[in-house]
Amino acid sequence: MRIPGKGLIDRTKALTFRFDGSEYSGHPGDTVASALMANGVKLVGRSFKYHRPRGVLTAGSEEPNALIEVLEDGQQTPNVRATVQEVYEGLAVQSQNRAPSLKFDLLAVNDLAAPFFGAGFYYKTFMWPRAFWERLYEPAIRRAAGLGRLSGRHDEATYEKAWAYCDLLVIGAGPTGLMAALTAARAGADVILADEGARMGGALLSDMGQIGGQGSADWAASVLTELASMPNVRLMTRTTVTGAYDDGTYGALERVGLHVAPKADLPRECFWRIVTKRAVLAAGALERPIAFQNNDRPGIMLASALRTYLNRYGVVPGQRIALFANNDSARTTARDLHAAGVRIAALIDSREGASTDEPFPVHAGAVVSDTAGRHGLTSVTVRQGSREFKVEADALGLSGGWNPTVHLTCHLNGRPVWDDAIAAFVPAENAVPGLIAAGSAKGTFSTAACLAEGAAAAAVAIEALGLKAPIADIPAAADENPATEALWHIPTKPGLWNRAWLDFANDVTTKDVKLSAQEGFRSVEHMKRYTTQGMAPDQGKNSNVAALALLADVTGRAIPETGTTTFRPPFTPVSIAAMGAGGRAAGFAPQRFLTSDQASRDRGAPMIEAGLWYRPSYFPKPGETTWKEACDREVNMVRSTVGVADVSTLGKIDIQGKDAARFLDLVYTNTFSTLPVGRTRYGLMLREDGMVLDDGTSARLAEDRFLMTTTTAAAGLVMRHLDFVQQAFCAGWDVRTISVTESWAQFAVAGPLARQLLSSYLGTEIDLPFMGVAPVRIGNVQGRLFRISFSGEEGYEIAVPTRYGEALFRDLLARAELLGGGPYGMEALNVLRIEKGFITHAEIHGRVTAFDIGMEKMVSGKKDCIGKGASQRPGLSGPEREQMVGLTPVGEGVLTSGAHLYAKGAEATRVNDQGYVTSVGWSPTLNRWLGLGFLKNGRARHGEVIRMVDGLRGHDVLCTVSDPVFHDKEGAKLRG
Amino acid sequence: MRIPCPLCGLRDRREFYYYGSDDYLHRPGEGAAPEAWDAYLHLRDNPAGVTRDLWYHETGCTSWLVVTRNTVTHEILGAELVAGEGQGKPAPKGRRKAS
Amino acid sequence: MADLIAKSALAGHAPLTLAGVTLSEIALDPITSIAPFSGQDAAVAKALGLVLPAPNRFAEAKGARLVWTGRGQYFLIGSPTPKGLAGIAALTDQSDGWAALRLDGPGTEAALARIVPVDIRLAAFPEGAALRTAFNHMNAVLMRTGAQTVDILVFRSMARTAWHEVEAAMTALAARQRLT
Repeated sequence: MRIPGKGLIDRTKALTFRFDGSEYSGHPGDTVASALMANGVKLVGRSFKYHRPRGVLTAGSEEPNALIEVLEDGQQTPNVRATVQEVYEGLAVQSQNRAPSLKFDLLAVNDLAAPFFGAGFYYKTFMWPRAFWERLYEPAIRRAAGLGRLSGRHDEATYEKAWAYCDLLVIGAGPTGLMAALTAARAGADVILADEGARMGGALLSDMGQIGGQGSADWAASVLTELASMPNVRLMTRTTVTGAYDDGTYGALERVGLHVAPKADLPRECFWRIVTKRAVLAAGALERPIAFQNNDRPGIMLASALRTYLNRYGVVPGQRIALFANNDSARTTARDLHAAGVRIAALIDSREGASTDEPFPVHAGAVVSDTAGRHGLTSVTVRQGSREFKVEADALGLSGGWNPTVHLTCHLNGRPVWDDAIAAFVPAENAVPGLIAAGSAKGTFSTAACLAEGAAAAAVAIEALGLKAPIADIPAAADENPATEALWHIPTKPGLWNRAWLDFANDVTTKDVKLSAQEGFRSVEHMKRYTTQGMAPDQGKNSNVAALALLADVTGRAIPETGTTTFRPPFTPVSIAAMGAGGRAAGFAPQRFLTSDQASRDRGAPMIEAGLWYRPSYFPKPGETTWKEACDREVNMVRSTVGVADVSTLGKIDIQGKDAARFLDLVYTNTFSTLPVGRTRYGLMLREDGMVLDDGTSARLAEDRFLMTTTTAAAGLVMRHLDFVQQAFCAGWDVRTISVTESWAQFAVAGPLARQLLSSYLGTEIDLPFMGVAPVRIGNVQGRLFRISFSGEEGYEIAVPTRYGEALFRDLLARAELLGGGPYGMEALNVLRIEKGFITHAEIHGRVTAFDIGMEKMVSGKKDCIGKGASQRPGLSGPEREQMVGLTPVGEGVLTSGAHLYAKGAEATRVNDQGYVTSVGWSPTLNRWLGLGFLKNGRARHGEVIRMVDGLRGHDVLCTVSDPVFHDKEGAKLRG
Repeated sequence: MRIPCPLCGLRDRREFYYYGSDDYLHRPGEGAAPEAWDAYLHLRDNPAGVTRDLWYHETGCTSWLVVTRNTVTHEILGAELVAGEGQGKPAPKGRRKAS
Repeated sequence: MADLIAKSALAGHAPLTLAGVTLSEIALDPITSIAPFSGQDAAVAKALGLVLPAPNRFAEAKGARLVWTGRGQYFLIGSPTPKGLAGIAALTDQSDGWAALRLDGPGTEAALARIVPVDIRLAAFPEGAALRTAFNHMNAVLMRTGAQTVDILVFRSMARTAWHEVEAAMTALAARQRLT
């Protein structure tokens, strides 16, 4: 219910939202939790395992109970904390993990069966009969498991990722962070102040005290006004710093659009990488619950949450509120509630010497031992000394002390340090280089001390940056101290169903931790996995310390000796969509388009991905219904008239200098220093381990100038390799390399009429010898002409500067069509080269040597080259090697690449495996299937019939082994 | 992880390609035995501590760097250009090497 | 035969203004890569009549821009190479290999923050600075040509991706601005 005159929300505006299909009203500034509370809704979820009714436990991102699904745009975001989700007009949310409804959940039967569902129950049950595991148990458990659900549809919303740089990153905008940011900003540092809240101010927003004579929240607002006016300050609200990484890098998740109805183009979230010279951790502290019997009922929450709901949201969860604490901060909450006119049923203070002097009942040296009220608290049982009595209450605030939010300081393999005086873990110093913890995050709980520490931490940081800290101007504030006396759990009464909860989110109780220790899982890491304590969405924020305190107790160790588990980023969940922003679908990698792209698409060519490039697969003509019809026609066209294909994607590298030839001799197996100017030569390039890296043709354009080509796939790889060889082994050589792949649009023109076509540009008959290269003028453009062929026909490649590529392509096609030819695509290109036994990276796949592809003679005996030494290692040549062969089916039968080869009559087993098929194609030229592959001792087995088996696609075919060159073995067409 | 490229300055790890140990810089001479090649290619120390790696500033200046870093603390102790002065020489004597 | 028509990488993309940034294709033409041979730095500078810029810098003079683009490599933009360079440096035409984009306006840094992993604030990336860095997954040369202006070179074949990514950053920024 709302308390008049309280809260920082805007009550002048009303908003409507839906929860589980029912409409409720709220105000701007409300969270779903605070608005439901105002509407008297107590039940917000069902627990993970036992499906117990649950209410809101906290007022922050550490919430373990009130997990909801947000429904937007036909999508569903699960496990959203109702304490974080802001209400907007038209928001629709629903509870999780219950069927058919929150009020009536069938799986609550698990609570009845609780004694069988202790820690690790699934290791001890569901084992018999064996067959039932896969058929019954596992599907049933899988259906029951989990919390929220996804919609199953792709997430097509917009997300962002961004970088930010600064001098000082201040994490948390409570009193400590505000002072730190102010101090650094006034000194001229570039400051980023990040806070996970919708509004900055942290604990001050729930505090009724005074700072510098102003209300705490007002003081915070005035500091923020000053910070907002400074150009060297960036304020990032709704931004959780999720992780500390090496070298001053922090990850942060900003909720950009989750607090409003979805809008076109508005990102939902932005994942930031913040690189900073120094950082101040001012992330505050989180309150601890206390474990006692039935401490998980709706209406039971943290005392600080009660305070936040009252002072910030103007709402209370009940009308008779009890509090149970081992420290003074809950007392402040009780006073705030009392001052607002709320009835305090009792303050139950576990400390023997606690003061009872309050305008409401105080029971000192007392504990809560039980509660009642399944769908909402009705009473608590108090034990004081030897007596027990009930107190009627419809809400209970718990305060078991405070845990400094140390997480970020532990992300680089650090562990926090136990401080007995405050019964809490605090950060180890210098656990993250450049990060200073201050304020409650460091274990300092008084407001006055927090303000001072924030200023001091910033001063240390900026002095390290060479800036002068301004004179500290710390306003006066309360100097309170919680005076916590450790209290972890109250033993439950005997009884199988009597449980005290530690981890609310994963339904882990004190019994589970004890069982874990009893069964030998005594290390905190084992206890965590065995019980699943600390593995839920809250990542143990509400249970880690209490659980390890209990574990320490039952294993006879002290808390420091028991230790903590490893803290890892992220601090709160980060959606993968945010981390991968922009990377969905085509955004995953750059798209590379050819100058012929539009013309190809205009002709209906389907485009396929070749690395990052888009290349035409085939050019369908009217009447053709399958790719194969087009492909067969294009192959015949190239072999009978002329075809044009865009081959611009192949890597091209310009290599210059007086040591250029020497350099090529080092990286290629064969000799290039002997190549005459105006000629090209096929070259083979090895990796240093003797495997083939790439092949290509390189042309000598001048004495000191070469143009190397690479395959499309390996262009980047070869460039990197050349850079390495040059920088590592060629110190002082005059050789300079630069990629010119992008600079030239290059087209293959192949077929019996290729020469005629190209001659029509020049007005005279082309007279270029096979493997020659020459400059050529096409109208107004200076280009290059190469006589090389990948098709086996008389072939050329004509290159012009890329800006003319589209124009030349269209013009080439027009001329080709006049001659009865036309464009051909990747499918035909592949068939043509298979017919000629030419290799691609399907054959030189990284485990193949020059010997394997029959090119051992290309490795010059007269010089060293990269890979030569290693290629001579035993086992990389000889009859045991799988050597490249051609394959043809005997009779009807389809060849498939990836199929394996066996001796005819041998069983198709791994032991009998003799090789595999790498490339296949239907050859319209030879009217049969052709394949290239590798076969043990293949070159000695031409003519033999072997067995090809494709287990995946179900082919079992006899093939004849042959030379890989099927068509025009002598190469007469090439050289004519 | 941020790597201090001597030319470009401190840059995010994403700009670099990792190759392996700087052992790759000490290429066996022509005619070396197969064992020397095997060691060059495959045998590596695996220190929990300071190591020297080769990184290529792929989306930057395309320099190859030797980066000295600590695999335990993640501290980056320095980076030099591979093609600095005197590179391309055989490994200095006394180099720690797994046998 | 008729002349071949030239087309720029982003022909047809009109300038786009959103969120305080104007994105446009510009013509940086010609571009020549100059890689001095050993010991020829001084001779190259003399032939160019320009001081060779230090790493991460560019210099402009007499209608030409000389940009440091890597180890021992410079791009000469906007002016043909002088004759005196023959033999003392490797010269390679790069005019067609790159697409040039310009971002101009107060939102330039915010847009680039979503794409490049380096510090592009004016203090860290001042006028006259050139950076070879990643543009999302692409290789790029960034040049700060004004207090609010950055010129970007990306591989020509990736021009559409580069434009799209800047446009996406601007669109998201504009949507954020509509919220406040």
